[in-house]
Amino acid sequence: MSPKDESPKANRRQFLGGVIAAGAATASAITPRISNAADAPAAGEHNHAEHERAPAALPPNGQTIAAETMAPPPLPRLGGRAGSDFMVDVIKTLGIKYLPANCASSFRAIHESLINYGGNTMPEYVSCMHEESAAGMAHGYFKATGKPLITLCHGTVGLMHATMGVYNAFCDHVPMIIMGGNDADAATRPPGVPTIHSAQDINAIVREFTKWDDTPTSLQHFAQSFVRGYKIAMTPPYGPVAISLDAGLQQEPIKPHHAGEALYIPKYVPTSPPQGDSGAVKEAARILVDANNPVIVADRAARTPAAIGLLVELAELLQARVVDLGNRMNFPNTHYLTSPPGVTNAADAILGLEMTDFWATINAYTDNGQHGIGENNRKARPDVRLISIGAATVPTRANYQQFQRFQYVDVDMAADAEATLPALIEAVKSALNSARKDAIVKRGEAARKAYAEYMARTRQEAALAWDASPISTARLCMETYAQIKHMDWSLVASEGNVSNWPQRLWAMEKHHHSLGRSGGYGVGYGAPASVGGALGNRDLGRFSVSIQSDGDLMFAPGVLWTAAKHKIPLLSVMHNNRAYHQEVMHVQRLANFRDRPSNNGGDSGPIGTSIMNPDIEYHELAKSMGWWAKGPIKDPAQLAPALKEAIEVVKSGHPALLNVWTQPR
Amino acid sequence: MTKLTQIILRSALGSMLLAGGAALLCNPAFAQSAEKGREAFARNGCWQCHGYQGQGGAAGLKLAPDPKPLVYFEAFIRNSNGPMPPYSEKILPKQDLADIHAYLSSIAKTPDYKTIPLLNQ
Repeated sequence: MSPKDESPKANRRQFLGGVIAAGAATASAITPRISNAADAPAAGEHNHAEHERAPAALPPNGQTIAAETMAPPPLPRLGGRAGSDFMVDVIKTLGIKYLPANCASSFRAIHESLINYGGNTMPEYVSCMHEESAAGMAHGYFKATGKPLITLCHGTVGLMHATMGVYNAFCDHVPMIIMGGNDADAATRPPGVPTIHSAQDINAIVREFTKWDDTPTSLQHFAQSFVRGYKIAMTPPYGPVAISLDAGLQQEPIKPHHAGEALYIPKYVPTSPPQGDSGAVKEAARILVDANNPVIVADRAARTPAAIGLLVELAELLQARVVDLGNRMNFPNTHYLTSPPGVTNAADAILGLEMTDFWATINAYTDNGQHGIGENNRKARPDVRLISIGAATVPTRANYQQFQRFQYVDVDMAADAEATLPALIEAVKSALNSARKDAIVKRGEAARKAYAEYMARTRQEAALAWDASPISTARLCMETYAQIKHMDWSLVASEGNVSNWPQRLWAMEKHHHSLGRSGGYGVGYGAPASVGGALGNRDLGRFSVSIQSDGDLMFAPGVLWTAAKHKIPLLSVMHNNRAYHQEVMHVQRLANFRDRPSNNGGDSGPIGTSIMNPDIEYHELAKSMGWWAKGPIKDPAQLAPALKEAIEVVKSGHPALLNVWTQPR
Repeated sequence: MTKLTQIILRSALGSMLLAGGAALLCNPAFAQSAEKGREAFARNGCWQCHGYQGQGGAAGLKLAPDPKPLVYFEAFIRNSNGPMPPYSEKILPKQDLADIHAYLSSIAKTPDYKTIPLLNQ
């Protein structure tokens, strides 16, 4: 909604009215027919002219003659600076580098200001072919760089397209600013499509999975909302925010704020993350030091690279084994305290850091109960003490269930884990005594032995079906790793299930070595997040690689064009198993419970789960959008040479895709 | 002893299955064919969780090389109470099951990972 101030010489509505009046005046000077035609009958009167049959070929009317032969008359212009120019000034104060978006009329004013007034830099417009792709790119970019992006969405339809990407960001605690164009004034907005694309409370579309939203009604309000939104998004736990941009507010000229007060841009000062209460930290340290077998489980603990060092320090102090759940690169997998999830079963104390699902850490759910209803079983010791440090409970909403099942814990801190770790480390140091230190040293020796055995076992598992065709997921991942490991690489996404081979066998020691998963588990995250992550990594001089699944790519493959258009170097190695394998067994399971053979309809999996017959030529799809691509590769011996070729292309600054036929998992 | 083994050995059904498994092994009607087993392994969707060579992965256990004995194999398939649903004879006929076991038994031993340069680093 825009303010209805009487002072401006021309506003958007008057401007449009002026254009119509000017056109009518021009036409009337040439032919009276237009003027007559403009004499519309009053309501209830019948216009007999409508029923007169026109001749088959009409002579050009005055409007056509004028358009084809005469110079157009000067149109009235908006007076003063455009409001959207000021919006760009506000955005530029926050150092936001890119703006991925799909173009649209509801934000045409700020679009024009961004590229012409703002010089298309800070932020630079990144052309996207779907709003979900734009949101996914912002998601991946943040996890590569730690910097949030903005995206613009067109009215109802654009924001609806973006929702899955926004939900992923909400679940994955990733900040982004979603600005939605909207034309709220029902009396003056254009009829037809623009009205269908407007809503009286457009942010309601994403309100349940954003941290905050606002609908500014003045430019000063926008300035405050944008800085406030950025601040809220960037305060842990991070998350997306939404700001509605009224079309009129964007297009109208800048006016003084209250009583002649000049517009100003508020200063952004970062907010400190919430830290655990000192008493709770002390109690947690006591439990961990007294435990005989403490285990640390890290989910989104490493909000920044600094957390990795802190987690290593804490784990070594306690000689506690660490389970990294993989939503961030929390702990080096080359460290001897790295452990598989099963170690929690014998733990007598578990420290959970930024956990999404603490219940599932100590319990198991098996989807094989009577009548097809799953069974719950506790897998942890009954006397295990549980400590939770996590800010994720703060932005919880009632509707969406990302908070998971309720789990009682002994010490629960609604605090940022990374911000709390220094205090916890100090508290553990204070609680340690010499008797405990001896036991802790022995624990470390056992952990080293267990780690060596675990790695040998994992490598032997990787050797299974090593020469198989289609190519095993272990071979796919290790051939890829062999070609990139000497560079500063970053696994920007690994969608689809490749049995976690990168997390198990690639040497992951840096935060950007693995950017983690989607958060909301909506299929379609991998491709845009990879391109967004690769955009961030490009500017930081890193080599980006993605394990790209087939089903994920087909949700919005237009993002491939975006990568080519903006010269975003990315090695996309496809895990093409030609099915939605996550779903195959769900249908099979129900068929078995009901004792009837599954109908595969001539494919290899139950009807509705296969992506075959015809097989999708992903390499041709990528080529059509400007990528270097090769495939389908089915022979494992052909993988290394193809990877070498593709890597040279990526090193030259372009994206490359290998379509590899793989084993299911 | 695994949980499944305990269940099999304690239950009357288990005893019947053990007998049935022995019968399966001895009955010439169920002569096993590795080649037919490979086809049945694909047709019945076993590969979807266990991989085309029974190597296993995140979704399913390793089945080959060195599969469990046929008696155990059949008991597991018919009575699984883990993540894998049970397969009745109507869904997976006895002949298919026997052939699949033959196929899995035919899969060559996996080389020591130390002989694979990409895994020995």
